[in-house]
Amino acid sequence: VSERLAFGVVVVGGGPAGLAAASHAAEAGARTLLLDEAARPGGQIWRHRAEPPVAARAWLVRLAQSGAATVRGATVVDAPRPGELLAEREGRPLRIAFDRLVLATGAREVFLPFPGWTLPGVVGAGGAQALLKSGAHFEQQRVVVAGSGPLLLAVAAVLARHGARVVGVFEQAPLVRLAAFGAFLLGHPGKIVEGLGHRLGMAGAPYRTGAWVRAAEGKDRVERVVVTDGRRERTLGCDVLACGFGLVPNLELARLLGCETAAGRLSLDEEQRTTVPGVLGAGELGGIGGVDHALVTGAIAGLAAAGRAVPRALARRRERERRFAARLARAFALRDELRGLCREDTIVCRCEDVPLGRIDPRGGPRQAKLLTRAGMGPCQGRVCGPALSFLCGFEPGSVRPPLFPVDLALLEDE
Amino acid sequence: MAERLRLTIDGQPALVEAGSSVLAALWNAGVRRVRASVSGEARGPLCGMGICFECRVTIDGARHCRSCLATVRDGMEVRTRE
Repeated sequence: VSERLAFGVVVVGGGPAGLAAASHAAEAGARTLLLDEAARPGGQIWRHRAEPPVAARAWLVRLAQSGAATVRGATVVDAPRPGELLAEREGRPLRIAFDRLVLATGAREVFLPFPGWTLPGVVGAGGAQALLKSGAHFEQQRVVVAGSGPLLLAVAAVLARHGARVVGVFEQAPLVRLAAFGAFLLGHPGKIVEGLGHRLGMAGAPYRTGAWVRAAEGKDRVERVVVTDGRRERTLGCDVLACGFGLVPNLELARLLGCETAAGRLSLDEEQRTTVPGVLGAGELGGIGGVDHALVTGAIAGLAAAGRAVPRALARRRERERRFAARLARAFALRDELRGLCREDTIVCRCEDVPLGRIDPRGGPRQAKLLTRAGMGPCQGRVCGPALSFLCGFEPGSVRPPLFPVDLALLEDE
Repeated sequence: MAERLRLTIDGQPALVEAGSSVLAALWNAGVRRVRASVSGEARGPLCGMGICFECRVTIDGARHCRSCLATVRDGMEVRTRE
């Protein structure tokens, strides 16, 4: 039998955007529920085991005082009818009715296929950070950090601080682009301090721009990587390759609900409303912008969901964060050479072991699914989707329930 | 010092700090190969955040659990290579 809950405002996702949205909605008087998949609040950026990071503490206290209810460890799998979500929690169904829904489902890492990327020991850059924050040890392990984005330096710094031997950090973006971004950051003192802190924490590991991993090699686990700047190659021994190519929003639930997306982002109006009445969005869904963007858009969405007017100051802060997000995307745009790394025999869909050579770029994702099962495994295209979008220009295919694999009985239960 | 919990990984006893994910327990026990792919390739964790399903294991008899999302409990039995 389903457990049933009903709230005025339901927020999906417990990262900064969701915390801000739920706090603001509850403070404005709405009966509010924050629903999160993780065992602890904070999302990916504020992931913790015992003590939450300093920046998160104020928001966790504020949420607790706001009167918002929270449900953790619940994964939303379907939106069976308007105004209702179906979630799975410890193998049991949970039905949640809402008047207003705020989507704050965050972002995931982009993984691009290259020879050897499926070897154990090759993890995401954010993946390595998530592992570390959930208790994994990296002492004395040789780690190569590669891919793209400001996350690489943060990950290298935190790994070094926890005893890892960071062999090198390889950022695919060219120095000229990063320099332009650095100049822009000078006008944003809060953000540059963050960047410098990461640099100082790295303990001498080289940071190379315009360089990327061409291949990972090893027998049953990564033992070395080949890095290149497009002209010369170098082989580096390592125990772990932490490699990610930036972030993409988790749009699956939004698209299941029928919300319009454009250019890989959720379409949102000035009050964070989606194109579906009663459904709002916040944080990375509207464009990858980081924690400050998430907090301000979460606050706006929470107020709007509770029927409150949005203060002008918040709207101005959002505009500033949007400019930052646009700069960020430009600075770390992915270079064409990365497409050439994936060979015909390189696996693209890790769930179904489909190599690139079996996918017809002219056919689109639907045909790829039908002919090869690419995107039909447990991750449902969350990993290969962004990769095939980069490699073949595929638009995302249709989204169908369940959003995550569940026991069919859970869906049938009324 | 954090409290330590006792669990078994493929029948082998392991001590893990309370609050750790099951995936972290596997990682600290030196397990990098967590499962075999449909064509039999060795696979380990990728995303660390519940997206990729590469870290799925059997926990106390329940199959297909994402070990990165599960928190360790005392006496837990974890089986890899499902």
